Amino acid sequence: MQNVEQIVNGQKLFLKPEYQEVLNNKKEFESNMGSIDPSKVDEIAEWTKSWDYREKNLSREAITINPAKACQPLGAVMVALGFENTMPYVHGSHGCVAYFRSYFTRHFKEPTPCVSDSMSESAAVFGGLANMKDGLRNCNAMYKPDMIAVSTTCMAEVIGDDLNAFVIGAREEAQGELDDTAITYAHTPSFVGSHITGYDNMMKGILEQLNPDRAEKVLDEERINIIPGFEPYLGSLTEIKEISSMFGDKIVMLGDHEEQWNTGAGEYQLYSGGTSLADTKTAINAKATISLQKYSTTQTAKTIKNAWKQEYATANPIGLGGTDEFVMKLSELTGKPVPKELKKLRSQLVDAMQDSYPYMHGKKFAIYGDPDFLLGLVSFIVEMGGIPTHILCHNAPRKGWEDDMKKVLSKSLWADECNIWAGKDLWHLRSLLFTEPVDFLIGNVYGKELYRDTGIPLIRIGFPIFDRHHLHRYSISGYKGALNLLTWITNAVLDQLDEETKNIAQTDYFFDCVR
Amino acid sequence: MGPLNLENLQKEAIAEVLESYPEKVSKNRAKHLGVDSPETSKGACDTSRSNKQTVPGVMSQRGCAYAGSKGVVWGPVKDMIHISHGPIGCGQYSRAGRRNYYIGTTGIDTFVTMNFSTDFTEKDIVFGGDKKLKVALEEIDTLFPLNNGITIQSECPIGLIGDDIQAVAKKYKSESSKPTIAVSCEGFRGVSQSLGHHIANDMIRDEIMPDDSARKDFQSTPYDVAIVGDYNIGGDAWSSRILLEEMGLRVIAQWSGDATYKEMAIAPKAKLNLLHCYRSMNYIARHMEQEFGVPWIEYNFFGPTKTTESLRKIAAMFDETIQAKTEEVIAKYTAMTDEVIAKYRPKLEGKTVMLYVGGLRPRHVIGAYEDLGMEVIGTGYEFGHGDDYKRTKEDIARSTLIYDDVNEYELEAFVKKLKPDLVASGVKEKYVFQKMGLPFRQMHSWDYSGPYHGYDAFAIFAKDMDLAMNSPVWSHTKAPWDTEEKGA
Repeated sequence: MQNVEQIVNGQKLFLKPEYQEVLNNKKEFESNMGSIDPSKVDEIAEWTKSWDYREKNLSREAITINPAKACQPLGAVMVALGFENTMPYVHGSHGCVAYFRSYFTRHFKEPTPCVSDSMSESAAVFGGLANMKDGLRNCNAMYKPDMIAVSTTCMAEVIGDDLNAFVIGAREEAQGELDDTAITYAHTPSFVGSHITGYDNMMKGILEQLNPDRAEKVLDEERINIIPGFEPYLGSLTEIKEISSMFGDKIVMLGDHEEQWNTGAGEYQLYSGGTSLADTKTAINAKATISLQKYSTTQTAKTIKNAWKQEYATANPIGLGGTDEFVMKLSELTGKPVPKELKKLRSQLVDAMQDSYPYMHGKKFAIYGDPDFLLGLVSFIVEMGGIPTHILCHNAPRKGWEDDMKKVLSKSLWADECNIWAGKDLWHLRSLLFTEPVDFLIGNVYGKELYRDTGIPLIRIGFPIFDRHHLHRYSISGYKGALNLLTWITNAVLDQLDEETKNIAQTDYFFDCVR
Repeated sequence: MGPLNLENLQKEAIAEVLESYPEKVSKNRAKHLGVDSPETSKGACDTSRSNKQTVPGVMSQRGCAYAGSKGVVWGPVKDMIHISHGPIGCGQYSRAGRRNYYIGTTGIDTFVTMNFSTDFTEKDIVFGGDKKLKVALEEIDTLFPLNNGITIQSECPIGLIGDDIQAVAKKYKSESSKPTIAVSCEGFRGVSQSLGHHIANDMIRDEIMPDDSARKDFQSTPYDVAIVGDYNIGGDAWSSRILLEEMGLRVIAQWSGDATYKEMAIAPKAKLNLLHCYRSMNYIARHMEQEFGVPWIEYNFFGPTKTTESLRKIAAMFDETIQAKTEEVIAKYTAMTDEVIAKYRPKLEGKTVMLYVGGLRPRHVIGAYEDLGMEVIGTGYEFGHGDDYKRTKEDIARSTLIYDDVNEYELEAFVKKLKPDLVASGVKEKYVFQKMGLPFRQMHSWDYSGPYHGYDAFAIFAKDMDLAMNSPVWSHTKAPWDTEEKGA
């Protein structure tokens, strides 16, 4: 029973003997093996660590187990929230929207506005036009957005709703109510690609639909666009903007969701920050557009290159080399030298890397996440002399990505020991970790069970991270971001060293106060 | 605030919200909003419209049928593997978010926090996914030999592309002689999670109830009961079970938090089914009554008043030994909960609360707040039906604003108007209100605390409410240089 002086929640309550008895009593009625035959569980658990199991596991064709990717509309919602006074609107059933909002909210610890037009059985039969007509008007009346960015759930895609026609139809019947609201749209079928595909499609949709035909293009030599990609690190957005501002005041981030998920206490604002629609509408006039996530913007790139006839470049400012490239690209495009301040930040970063290198050097890492995130993180690990033994990308693009990764790995002293696992999931990774173990695992919250099973420490870098607070506020991009990466990884190595050496009178001769 | 003032304010709040709507929305929403109090006859609890289509374009908090089936009813059954059948998103967004605690070796003999998906591609949409599903079932049995069955939880496309998952499941079941259950809980079905609960219940009825293999050698006792509709969030079912066991009852099954297939199958052997979440499992309780003659009663284990009431109600269904023991249990724990109340009530007395949750909580937790001297002045259901609202009447203690399928816009407006001291709702709402400087507790996940069912759990509930209400952090919102009031 609770001691009122020291009330404990379930974590410790269930350790009390009377609760242990309850849990034990329950086993009598259970059918899971642990209750009936714990030795069978041990036997199978051991087998799952074997090469035999690994082979069976890696040859899976139909079932995905513990994925490391999400679906298209999630990315579309992120794009929408990167534009000023924009309401993400998902055409389809509302359960999806509840999921997107919860997912982002659990990661950012912030509200996530998004509406749906609640399609149901009748819409499945008759199509979702009626829902869209009502939905757009209601959304507009209640939330007074400047723009509504429409994406789709798989339901709407399967029944074949045509967004272009629907938006036109809804506008016509809105009695003028929607005349002052921009409505952009993108088809985002969940059964194609992943959340980064949805990011790409929505970004492309917004840029294309808000920008007039090429005939009206008026070149602005000083203007440069930057597309951040599906970026869960808000601090990265801040840092990219800081770096950009050192090169000019006409470098505009397209899809800047930093403030939306980083509002202060005091009052709740539905919309916050974001790229202004005015700036978005002139994106076509820029001299160039830089995408910071090549593989989150492959379709958007086509619009910029082919329709806008604009210079399109990619940079991946994660790690030292990646940031160097980004900085040099800005320097090249603006014709301005690299500012003193950045040179200083760079040298401070390199200094820090030289201070800490013994701890990452030669350590084996397994890492999973989105394609561009991985290219950046792996290049940083390589820069530090770490060994990225397993690089797993569930949503790996078919074209180009593996070659890009190989290029990154070619700089490693241990390139031959590194494995790229495209299209694999986290249950595959479990087999890899048991058969070819590493020292550290880098990834999102779903690595937690891998840590529990294998004992390999998880360094939380990625998306989503639900079970640790405020990491998303930091940067992983730019020189300061690289310093954060260095700090997190090095200190995780040192924490593990303490963990391994803390046994009194056994291993604690290495339990050092100075490192 | 006097009762009349409160009622007027609540009515004003509704009027103001309705006024700001387009006409069609206003008309629709008017039927879902109202005020009721214990004295009123035919108030909002009787008249409120519910379980209807959500207005398109509003920020509803509702989920879908898949969420109701996979997320709520089936997902917690720990020794079965639940496939999210369709595109990748649904399973990922619902992975390990509900805190359905269980004991087992995850990935070996239990699987609740994992995510199994058929990860549909365009090809599967065009050519159908039945073949892929069949292979998926085989692969699961190869890699997870200790699973005790597989369920197939349909996502939206399945019902639209003409796949016959029932046939695939039936065939596989006969080949593998393992339970293989296809649940057609496509997200577009119905208006909320609720239909998913119903569909999930129907599949338990059709697929598990007829399986009497585990019932055959079951040794019954006169004191066998089953907990139905407790998802063991934060361990709720365990802190309930202990009380029932101490009363002298034998809990033979837990549905579905920490449940196993066998527990699902032997439940009809219970002498009495104890139904906590009426909304999500009344269907199967009714079925067991009709088919197996197992009576069921509803109970409420939130807060000592309701828990004690419920224990006596349960005991009354058994003999005097049980009743006597029950009184001992009540006496033993009441001494503790009295202390809890003495400790926390002075700090919480008179504080007002607005609730917005799902299932049973919009009414069930009212008593727990009232035990602490806190006053619930607004409540509503994401996916309740008329019978939920009718039952709510018994639990409200004063004039209460009733809102069905409230959207974010309305809830924000109501909170600004009624200025409660605490809002208790879900994660999507949490940070909206915290930004206003309002203490908030998530009442789906117990805000990563709990359990909240039973006497021991009430101590945690009280401590958590005190933590939320009396944390120093709320006082920091106003900067020393601010002259005007900030926050709510």
